[in-house]
Amino acid sequence: MNAYRELLDRVVQVRGMRAAMLVSEDDGLVVAEALSEGVDGASVAALAASLTLRIRRAAASAGFAAPAVVQLRAERGALLTVQAGDGLLVVAIADRETNLGLARLELREAASRLVG
Amino acid sequence: MKAIEPWVGVPLQTFLDDSNARLTLLMTSAGQVIAQDGFTRSVDVMAASALGAGIIASLDALADVMGTGPFSAVLHQGSRQSLYLRAFETPRGRWIGLVVFGTETSAGLVQVFFRDLAERIAAAAPANGTMAAPLAATFEHELNASLRSLFGR
Repeated sequence: MNAYRELLDRVVQVRGMRAAMLVSEDDGLVVAEALSEGVDGASVAALAASLTLRIRRAAASAGFAAPAVVQLRAERGALLTVQAGDGLLVVAIADRETNLGLARLELREAASRLVG
Repeated sequence: MKAIEPWVGVPLQTFLDDSNARLTLLMTSAGQVIAQDGFTRSVDVMAASALGAGIIASLDALADVMGTGPFSAVLHQGSRQSLYLRAFETPRGRWIGLVVFGTETSAGLVQVFFRDLAERIAAAAPANGTMAAPLAATFEHELNASLRSLFGR
């Protein structure tokens, strides 16, 4: 569990990152989390897992490969999810100041370490 | 969806719409049924409410023995259907929710939307005291009246 937490801590060190979580993809439950105050981790985890699953189904229906990264941008921030193997997702919440390119790199790095 | 307490209807319908639950039962901690959705036979509601209240009572007793403080929820995940059972406080006493859901939703979503349901029920509850536990002498009459309300017969 400490190893998971270390990976997530590294993700939230990116400037503007408000939360990083390891989430069970099928049930949307939090496995490990690094959250800022005021972030409802359980809700974000459940909704992000559901969203990612639906996007993956939509991509499959359209004949596309499964998306490596799902990025949802909103007025005041962004939600990112990356597949991490073994039915896990790395989910992150970034504010609008965050460098999303760097955030994606850190998320993919965390995901590849989890798979490896 | 059928509710004995009409003010439960709106929050419960919102939960049903959001969560995609297959079966939902709300009851008091004594096993009195408040509302149900998805059940087609009154005998199933009677069994589920009795068993649900019994499981929560057993958890309370287990928590006392272990000194852990109350356990509020049970999640049993099956391969095709799962069960979520949760006790929550309302202005009308401690209630229990029993939710059966399938692969069209997830445990995380059901938990999140059930938390919202509990908050909405607490906010919508009329402030006229807790529900009385049924007396043995009137239990069967109250049970039959509840089942008539829930199943219309």
